[in-house]
Amino acid sequence: MKITVDTDRCQGHNRCHAVAPDLFDIDDLGYATAATAGDLSPGSEHSARLAAANCPERAIRLDD
Amino acid sequence: MNRPPVTDWATDFDHLDPGFVEDPHAVYSRLRDECPVAHTDRYHGVWIPTRYEDLAAIAHDHQRFSSRTILVTDRAESPTDLGFHAPPITEDPPYHTDIRRLLLPVFSPAVVAAYEPITETMANDLIDGFIDRGECDAAADYAQHVPIKVITRMLGIPDSDHARFRDWIHRLIEESPLAGETTFDAIFEIGGYLAGHVEDHRATPRDDIITHLLDARMPDGRALEDPEILGVCILLLLAGIDTTWSAIGASLLHLATHPDDRRRLIEEPDLIHSATEEFLRVFAPVTMAREVIEDTVIGGCPMRTGDRVLLPFPSGNRDPAVFDQPDRVILDREVNRHFAFGVGIHRCLGSNLARMELRVTIQTWLRRIPNFTLTDPDAVTWSAGQVRGPRTLPLAFPPA
Repeated sequence: MKITVDTDRCQGHNRCHAVAPDLFDIDDLGYATAATAGDLSPGSEHSARLAAANCPERAIRLDD
Repeated sequence: MNRPPVTDWATDFDHLDPGFVEDPHAVYSRLRDECPVAHTDRYHGVWIPTRYEDLAAIAHDHQRFSSRTILVTDRAESPTDLGFHAPPITEDPPYHTDIRRLLLPVFSPAVVAAYEPITETMANDLIDGFIDRGECDAAADYAQHVPIKVITRMLGIPDSDHARFRDWIHRLIEESPLAGETTFDAIFEIGGYLAGHVEDHRATPRDDIITHLLDARMPDGRALEDPEILGVCILLLLAGIDTTWSAIGASLLHLATHPDDRRRLIEEPDLIHSATEEFLRVFAPVTMAREVIEDTVIGGCPMRTGDRVLLPFPSGNRDPAVFDQPDRVILDREVNRHFAFGVGIHRCLGSNLARMELRVTIQTWLRRIPNFTLTDPDAVTWSAGQVRGPRTLPLAFPPA
């Protein structure tokens, strides 16, 4: 599974980082990017799904 | 002021109706089912969408829905026409985008994290002031002071003027729907007050937001003009106080009246993070407004240029189409895409700060005062207008 943050949609709510701090980086303005470019470990997939499900902007895409 | 009673909520909505102020959710629940986009001829004509998806669509559509009107009032003019500019919240792109970028770094998660220990000390100091009494007004003695102390410190102004801030907030935000000739005078009073502090900072720069604004440069290289700096400071002062105060008070009221949730939060302290989001969802204090600037249709309702629109995020947060058991507080609700802080380009600039303040004030209270009750349910009063929260909240507890 791979994470992509749509930077046009992200408004800096920071919910993803709160739910899954290892999976997202937050820049100085508060906007998120995926911390890992590659495949997630199976253990991280649940956190990734939660992060996507809690994003108020629906800015997180998960691809299998 | 006597206002005619509401005859029909779908066509004669009034957010100042005393029954509505007491319990808006019964009205919103019926509207979501029966007439999801309500209307009123009051306040020069206002649409009130109540479903999550419609609210999200409008909040994301700044091309058609302008922020020049964020407060719905009895005045025919928009607040910005009357001189109420509090950037970025009262502005539209592209200006909004540029000035917001200057402010994002001072409210970033990293900056907020540095304020957490300070906030905890403030909360503890406040509790020291009343814990021996065995009772307090948790709205007036506790909830309101934490956000005042934090935002005044961040801005670089004294917190000792809190009574004036409260008066301005009351007149400008809670009474603004009935805007008389003097309502917006509060803006100029705040401006005059802050102007002195800005001058002081110009002479003696320091590490705070006012100095940051004086040093800031827009993308074209220009410094901010004084009215812009004052407008931003007015926003941070007003928006940073009564909103968070409301969320803290409503959460304490819930915990005072739901001992099972209180015990659970004490026994499972890690739940505080999901609990904070749940309190924000269920007790979301803020209803924003917009003005239609291009004809459009929402939920089958034709919205015309010049129409006003209330955005009751508290209603969207209890939409059963999005949230399971929406009226129940579920402390470990895992999926909680609430929009207590709005969505889209106007996402609350201070959302990370507000959520930290809410979490820390609740955590600190529970650590110091694990057992507490509401002494008199009838004594609880709620603010009216577009920010809703308890303004009187008498709690009792075993004295320390």
